[in-house]
Amino acid sequence: MKHMKHLIKPYLIWSLIIVVIPMVLVMLYSVTTAGNSLVNIQFTLDNFKKLGNSIYVKVFTRSLSIGGITTGICLLIGYPIAYIISRKKETVQGILILLVTIPMWINMLLRTYALMNIISETGFINTLLISLGFDKIEIMYTDVAVVLGLVIDLLPFMILPIHTILNKMDKSYVEAAYDLGANKFTTFKKIIFKMSLPGVVNGVIMVFILSISSFVIPKMLGGGQYVLIGNIIEEQFITQGNWNLGSAISMILIVLMLIVIRVMNKLDKDE
Amino acid sequence: MKKSKSIFSNLYIILVFAIMYAPILISMVFSFNSARSLAKFEGFSLKWYQELLADRDIISAVTVSLTIAVIATAVATVLGTITAIGLSKNRKIVKEWLLTINNVPIMNPDIVTAIGLMILFSSMKIERGYFTMLLAHIAFCTPYVITSVYPKVKNLDPNLANAAMDLGATPFTALTKVIVPLIKPGIVAGILLSFTMSIDDFVISYFVSGSGVKNISYYIYTSRTRQTPKINALSTVVIVVIVAIILLINVVPLIKNRKKKEN
Amino acid sequence: MNKKLVELKNLTKTFDDLQVLKGIDLTIYENEFLTLLGPSGCGKTTTLRIIAGFEEQDGGEVWFDGVEISKLPPYKRELNTVFQKYALFPHLDVFDNIAFGLNIKKLDKSVIKQKVEKILKLVGLEGFGSRDVTSLSGGQQQRVAIARALVNEPKMLLLDEPLGALDAKLRKEMQIELKKIQKEVGITFIYVTHDQEEALSMSDTVVVMNQGVIQQIGTPIDIYNEPENRFVATFIGESNIIEGNMIRDCLVSFDGMEFDCVDKGFKDNESVEVVLRPEDLDIVEPEKAKIKGVVKSVVFKGVHYEIIVENEHREYLIDTTDYFPVGRNVGITFETEDVHVMYKMEY
Repeated sequence: MKHMKHLIKPYLIWSLIIVVIPMVLVMLYSVTTAGNSLVNIQFTLDNFKKLGNSIYVKVFTRSLSIGGITTGICLLIGYPIAYIISRKKETVQGILILLVTIPMWINMLLRTYALMNIISETGFINTLLISLGFDKIEIMYTDVAVVLGLVIDLLPFMILPIHTILNKMDKSYVEAAYDLGANKFTTFKKIIFKMSLPGVVNGVIMVFILSISSFVIPKMLGGGQYVLIGNIIEEQFITQGNWNLGSAISMILIVLMLIVIRVMNKLDKDE
Repeated sequence: MKKSKSIFSNLYIILVFAIMYAPILISMVFSFNSARSLAKFEGFSLKWYQELLADRDIISAVTVSLTIAVIATAVATVLGTITAIGLSKNRKIVKEWLLTINNVPIMNPDIVTAIGLMILFSSMKIERGYFTMLLAHIAFCTPYVITSVYPKVKNLDPNLANAAMDLGATPFTALTKVIVPLIKPGIVAGILLSFTMSIDDFVISYFVSGSGVKNISYYIYTSRTRQTPKINALSTVVIVVIVAIILLINVVPLIKNRKKKEN
Repeated sequence: MNKKLVELKNLTKTFDDLQVLKGIDLTIYENEFLTLLGPSGCGKTTTLRIIAGFEEQDGGEVWFDGVEISKLPPYKRELNTVFQKYALFPHLDVFDNIAFGLNIKKLDKSVIKQKVEKILKLVGLEGFGSRDVTSLSGGQQQRVAIARALVNEPKMLLLDEPLGALDAKLRKEMQIELKKIQKEVGITFIYVTHDQEEALSMSDTVVVMNQGVIQQIGTPIDIYNEPENRFVATFIGESNIIEGNMIRDCLVSFDGMEFDCVDKGFKDNESVEVVLRPEDLDIVEPEKAKIKGVVKSVVFKGVHYEIIVENEHREYLIDTTDYFPVGRNVGITFETEDVHVMYKMEY
């Protein structure tokens, strides 16, 4: 129906203003000097030069390694879960997937706060340990706390896409493999894992991007001194007021995201 | 041999779910603790719930979260639904472009969306507060509605709207009497996603609202250093409400189906 | 002939740089069963959708019942459509699908009930009112689609390849049924199809289209027997199409010989194309015929044999009930009125 074609116009205008222009502004801010107006723009690469500073380089490498570790752990824990769920009966699968999803529906701050209750110095675990006569352990404000928080938070993003693929997979492929004399391990390696790769790629991208850009979990579980990329962006925008430098740091996040998606897409196609 | 393997895999699932759920469940239990401790349960009490209701800041944060979520979801649902419907009638190149733009807020890390909007509002000289928070929520909720509704629209026979108009329905009636009822599952999914995304959001709200207006996430973030069972009470309320809604949505269609079969 | 109902004047339409209609002029009369026939992409469906109001023409006019309706939206046009794949509303049952248009008009509930039941009877679906449309067979869905359109008592019914999704046997049945319904309700049907057999068996008038241009308008017999050009001749059934020369009125030459014919009005010595329908040709002893050749292949087709006879000029396709073995020397004869001369198409 020809008239309905025009229904996209409001969103077209809206998305131009509220999605496209902000991205252009971030790019513009990253290559201009602070405090200039639109009439008198001063372009500069200083913001990016500052990123070569060892303080920032350290933050970037730490963000990448925390993101990598989190993604790896999520994959190691999540893949078996997705696989086991996909072997269950239809109704059981429904219930288990609902259980995986429910935490995603609960406010992330509340969930992180709940985790603090457990692992903080005077929290549940330590109280338990002491009452059992052990020494208390320090988890809070360490890498372990941050990774633990990220893994618990992001695990569903790994399980769901993998499960979707495994569930859709035609069981006759597996049977065919057995029929052709493949043992369980070969079948898994050659058939199941290979075919579920698109789901794995999807999960890995989501978990990695969400973990390197997170700043609430590092701040709440890692303490005030714990900085990842997200935290220095926040610092520039909220406390330092240097939006140009903040934008330049964000550009790194944007570029990183584009590269990751690119690489993963390519891997996906080559397979 | 098979049996022992399935026991092992079941144990594994239980263990992972236990780690995922332990923090939430323990917090819920301790919200009923009569003492301040988050570790030793000293007796059942509703005192933290009373304090929760008496806390003006929390009540106002809850109000902000709820009103923003309701308004943003309403606007996003209407905007997203009509866009999805219109999209299917457009040329391929328009479709691809709009869907790409639509994916930007979904794929972008929240913090990037957040600073983009922060810069936008400040360049437009709009003072940050409730209104900017609302605009931002509409901005990131609408893409989720579009992604849930568009596949449903795409699967419709493109002649359905024509058929309705052929039978005398105005375009508006064709929409409300034929198209919308048929894509309802997508719209409901969009509403749910949009509502929870809005309630859940911290990063974007934090950057675009200034310090004047706080939603639940923002409130918890700023009071993170002093742990109090009050927040556990708040968690419990939020979780119970959300789980109830999810169960309702998953159970109601089952009951409906059963009734239909009986008939 | 009856009163004019629809007039299309020089319709043009372009989609994405592709001109799908290149000036369509057509008059459609009351009570007429008219078929737009052509291969896919010929513009037949676009013409129908412009008449219905789903597409707007780039140029030209649509007149309906003496009024220009080019700017009128579809819901204000007094015609109804049966869609390809039916476009039934899956969320409504059979009754509510058929009552949709009547409900829009806000008719009285009892009137609606009466009308729907009457139309269900007409299409042979009595007692199907409360059925789910998705549970019906293709043929039944087809009938619901027709009922849903006809219940509004339109002046004209448009049908867009309505039998395309049905199997061959059901299609035959529905062809007869559709013709019967059309006679019973006594309104104009515009029928779009790419199936020449369907077009010839049901229509009063056939409009053959190709590449956005009307090739020929005529009764099924005219179209079959007197194709105006090579396209129509090849599209309507298999034919022997032979390049020739019109020597003068009623005399044409091809394959190095001259033949009498009944066609007039060509220029002397104009290049033309000659159609010889396979069933108009007959095989006889070589000495009794002008065209001679050797039987190249014989295929039994159930009622007749399809025989290919070859000579130095070409292969001739002949449908005959007599059997001739491969390799036999034979002659081909035909009557004077079976030689159809057409204008040569320019490519």
